[in-house]
Amino acid sequence: MKDEVTREDRVANLKGLGCSRKRVEDARFTQGKGNYVDDIKLDGMLFGDFVRSPYAHARIKSIDTAAALEVPGVLAVLTAADLEPLGLHWMPTLAGDKQMVLADGKVLFQGQEVAFVVAEDRYAAADGIEAVEVDYEELPVIVNPFEALKSDVVLREDLVAEDGSIPPGAHGPRKHHNHIFTWEAGDKGPTDEVIANAEVVAEESMYYHRTHPCPLETCGCVASMDKVNGKLTLWGTFQAPHAIRTIVSLISGIEEHNIRVISPDIGGGFGNKVGAYPGYVCSVVASIVTGKPVKWIEDRMDNLMTTAFARDYHMTGQISATKEGKITGLKCHVTADHGGFDACADPTKFPAGFMNICTGSYDIPTAYLEVDGVYTNKAPGGVSYRCSFRVTEAVYFIERMIEVLAIKLNMDAAELRRINFIRKEQFPYTAALGWEYDSGDYHTAWDKALKAVDYDGLRAEQAQRVEDFKAGKTRKLMGIGLSFFTEIVGAGPVKNCDILGLGMFDSCEIRIHPTGSAIARLGTISQGQGHATTFAQILASEIGLPADSITIEEGDTDTAPYGLGTYGSRSTPVAGAATAMAGRKIRAKAQMIAAYLLEVHDNDVEFDVDRFVVKGAPEKFKTMKEIAFAAYNQAIPGIEPGLEAVSYYDPPNMTYPFGAYICVMDIDVDTGVPEIRRFYALDDCGTRINPMIIEGQVHGGLTEALAVALGQEIAYDDMGNVKTGTLMDFFLPTAWEVPNYETDFTVTPSPHHPIGAKGVGESPHVGGVPCFSNAVQDAFRPFGNTHTNMPHDHWRIWRTANELGLHD
Amino acid sequence: MIPAAFEYHRPQDMAEVLAVLEEHGDEARVMAGGHSLIPMMKLRMADVPHLIDLQDVGGLSNIDIGDDSIRIGAMVTQAAIIDHEGLGAVAPILREAALQIADPQVRYMGTVGGNVANGDPGNDMPGLMQCLDATFTVVGPEGERDIPAREFYEAAYMTAREDDEVLTSVTIPLPRGGYAYEKQKRKIGDYATAAAAVQIENDGGTCASVAIAMTNLSDTPVYSEAAGAALVGTSVDDVAIKAAVAAMLGDIDPTEDNRGPVAFKKHVAGVILRRAIERAWSRA
Ligand SMILES: Cc1cc2nc3c(=O)[nH]c(=O)nc-3n(C[C@H](O)[C@H](O)[C@H](O)COP(=O)(O)OP(=O)(O)OC[C@H]3O[C@@H](n4cnc5c(N)ncnc54)[C@H](O)[C@@H]3O)c2cc1C
Repeated sequence: MKDEVTREDRVANLKGLGCSRKRVEDARFTQGKGNYVDDIKLDGMLFGDFVRSPYAHARIKSIDTAAALEVPGVLAVLTAADLEPLGLHWMPTLAGDKQMVLADGKVLFQGQEVAFVVAEDRYAAADGIEAVEVDYEELPVIVNPFEALKSDVVLREDLVAEDGSIPPGAHGPRKHHNHIFTWEAGDKGPTDEVIANAEVVAEESMYYHRTHPCPLETCGCVASMDKVNGKLTLWGTFQAPHAIRTIVSLISGIEEHNIRVISPDIGGGFGNKVGAYPGYVCSVVASIVTGKPVKWIEDRMDNLMTTAFARDYHMTGQISATKEGKITGLKCHVTADHGGFDACADPTKFPAGFMNICTGSYDIPTAYLEVDGVYTNKAPGGVSYRCSFRVTEAVYFIERMIEVLAIKLNMDAAELRRINFIRKEQFPYTAALGWEYDSGDYHTAWDKALKAVDYDGLRAEQAQRVEDFKAGKTRKLMGIGLSFFTEIVGAGPVKNCDILGLGMFDSCEIRIHPTGSAIARLGTISQGQGHATTFAQILASEIGLPADSITIEEGDTDTAPYGLGTYGSRSTPVAGAATAMAGRKIRAKAQMIAAYLLEVHDNDVEFDVDRFVVKGAPEKFKTMKEIAFAAYNQAIPGIEPGLEAVSYYDPPNMTYPFGAYICVMDIDVDTGVPEIRRFYALDDCGTRINPMIIEGQVHGGLTEALAVALGQEIAYDDMGNVKTGTLMDFFLPTAWEVPNYETDFTVTPSPHHPIGAKGVGESPHVGGVPCFSNAVQDAFRPFGNTHTNMPHDHWRIWRTANELGLHD
Repeated sequence: MIPAAFEYHRPQDMAEVLAVLEEHGDEARVMAGGHSLIPMMKLRMADVPHLIDLQDVGGLSNIDIGDDSIRIGAMVTQAAIIDHEGLGAVAPILREAALQIADPQVRYMGTVGGNVANGDPGNDMPGLMQCLDATFTVVGPEGERDIPAREFYEAAYMTAREDDEVLTSVTIPLPRGGYAYEKQKRKIGDYATAAAAVQIENDGGTCASVAIAMTNLSDTPVYSEAAGAALVGTSVDDVAIKAAVAAMLGDIDPTEDNRGPVAFKKHVAGVILRRAIERAWSRA
């Protein structure tokens, strides 16, 4: 006889929810056996690459391709003139604007795509690019959105009517020829009134600088048109492969069943791979024209300079409170720099994303938000870099405003947060700007965090440090960065959220094999998040088969069910929910089969870990493995053979993960060098599926937060030249720059998600940026600092110290 | 980021190198570790129709420690400098500086010869070699000649080496006293915002001699004789250090870039030099 298998053993064997199961993806990644787009090599494959504009604003007088066509290996050079007859010289952006695929008479930003050289290999393509002669006439450059709104220079002539009037854009009326939209949330009148009559008002203007998601793998694709069967296969770095298929079909006219989009392994996305880029369109056209597969891969400079920036929000805020610190109102205005085209990746009804979550974690009765989108001579984009739509901007805004208010009130910023948090019993809570927060327990998380770092001790140490500094005993200041954030993730609800008309549900399809293993396919696509690991765990707990016996597949539109992809932390909230729901359908059928096999009524069996047992007689049971076999191989009256299920899940609401972060930093006043001594991160993402993966996500998100707060930017000079086009100047932290992170958690399950999970991948970025920034700002607070803009690189920190008179 | 087409030469000895250089004139360039040259070629900022790889040329990778000088072959890598035990004992400043260059991957490829011949004001070894009063030996069609490091740098990417000459070794008088290489940078793999090399001798509490050189604060490395003069004969107290910093600030001429504006760079240069002097003095 074998040793008795306990119930605990059976649970452990599943490696289901709560298990720090090792990532099944890592065996191939750590051995260099991943299969990324650039690993795809097809017979006769050609290579395409762009001639890009050196100017930020110029008219194209002529393009001469003759010399390029003489370069050995160059087969074709596409220009707007070639694409126009096909109607493919422009494409719709996710924000409903028109983006030129190849510049048609004019360029609007440095690096803009002007011609597409198709060659036998990438070396010949590079030589061909050199040989294309473009005659430009330079035009006045505008890199500042405030100037753009005053300037006579028309950036987008195509959006001005012949009589000079300005027709409305995709998001309503436009105020100026360089204006894109105005978007409002909340009540202006009442907010103004509250602020006008308030006991205390704090005001601040802040610029959240332009940066870039910068995944290790740049964007790229391989397009292969099979002229015999009329089928187009498109491999690419797509965070939303199904949406890409639909968009390609709509703009190319190829029927959707004749398009197969495949996202293979993706080396990080962070929002950079959500949109559609000219490279995709040109590769498809080039493959149709040449009849051969065509590959396009960005190099690092192309990636930094042209595909999908993030942020670039100029924000002005007013926050009002009683003398005791109870917040009464909040007002925010944003001037959003969208660059030459409006290519923001946001749900259609939200041209400024979920910026209206900017009341944060606080019970603020009255609020008003207004966002103006503006064209400038910068690259298009405006994606959510490791956050849900514009949530990083919103959280940065409110977490800075709280600090500024604390200074005005001469109050401790931790205490100010505590007295304004939405209280546990207020959930579900409807915020002044419209969102219904599903759940939260902020006070518990905050108290746990403050206790973990000995907050009062830190403040005492900081006060001593200020004394020592003033006495000339040290040249280092100490900053304590606080941040409490609420994310809004998991778009969906289809009634609120669509992209270009595509509803933001997601899906899972499960097939159980006769011997009790399974394959599940989802509409999402992992870019490093570990879906193959975690979704198998959700399913293991739902259907009682071990996670190790479940294959997860995503990214092939010919096999996976339709879904809107992975970004905005939506995979677990939406596709994870679909997985659980599909699993429950499997279980329901399994229950009927079990009852039949056990010769009892359906209601007389119950699910127990990995089996159905007869109620009150646990020794009578059928395991899921046995049930699977029977489902296929035993004739059961009234039940179809097979064991499969599919679920399309439209979430009733978003989920609202939250967290409390604290950073302790020492700053060398003379050199501007910050040193992070400690970073504590408490995350509440509801039910924790795989704690190890959560920890990894938190580390990664915090590191990208550190990057953005302390130096990572896409900077332009006045001529619109990108000053940070390589990794020498664009800050990507290495292990050397990254501190040790202490992670912690509380668990407040989402009440509407089938397993109570909320999504976590982006929380650390959202909460991390203000935490690092607040630490820098806090170090200088005793000397009169209220706010300085990020990025807090050495010279800007030094400048703050200098302006405060801390250098002699 | 793909270079223009080029011819690749891989000569087996110096005579062959010189012959290829002579044949192709300024169309040809030697490559050592390639970690400055190849990026420039990929950006198409350097056009090198004939690339001459030095790696098979013998006799360029030795480190010889003599009684009063050290000779380092041009092809000695930065990693080899760090790993060499004898060198660490007689000239620890070399190791301290090399550890602050780039990252381990780059240091396995990047060479001493390439670093000093490159002429990029961002390179750390030119300033270091000026501090140590090194001599560069070059060989050309006319034979061998020696050029002092302190006379080698003319402007950014312009040196006293002729196009048809190859640098073969660097000779350093055995350094004496305390040392420090202090560098501020934005991150691993970055060139200096400001860096200072200091080698200083302590004779019973008085500074007997000192050499000071600064990196990335002008279009060439800056050997600051005046800064040194401000310290010699003093007890290296606060007043003397202040004078040395002031003298150094008169010699540098930084420009604004993404690391920051001129005022910031000057301030940091002063702080870095002060720290370097204090550290070197504490070791003297
Ligand atoms: C990411 C990165 C970070 C870096 N950070 C730093 C840093 O912090 N500090 C620093 O000092 N350097 C840095 N470097 C540069 C690195 O140290 C280079 O390796 C070094 O500058 C050049 O050495 P090399 O052997 O690679 O020379 P190569 O790149 O091969 O050559 C450089 C130049 O010198 C010429 N040359 C080379 N050898 C000879 C010779 N024997 N005779 C005549 N001419 C010759 C070449 O023709 C070329 O013009 C960095 C490089 C990278 C890629």
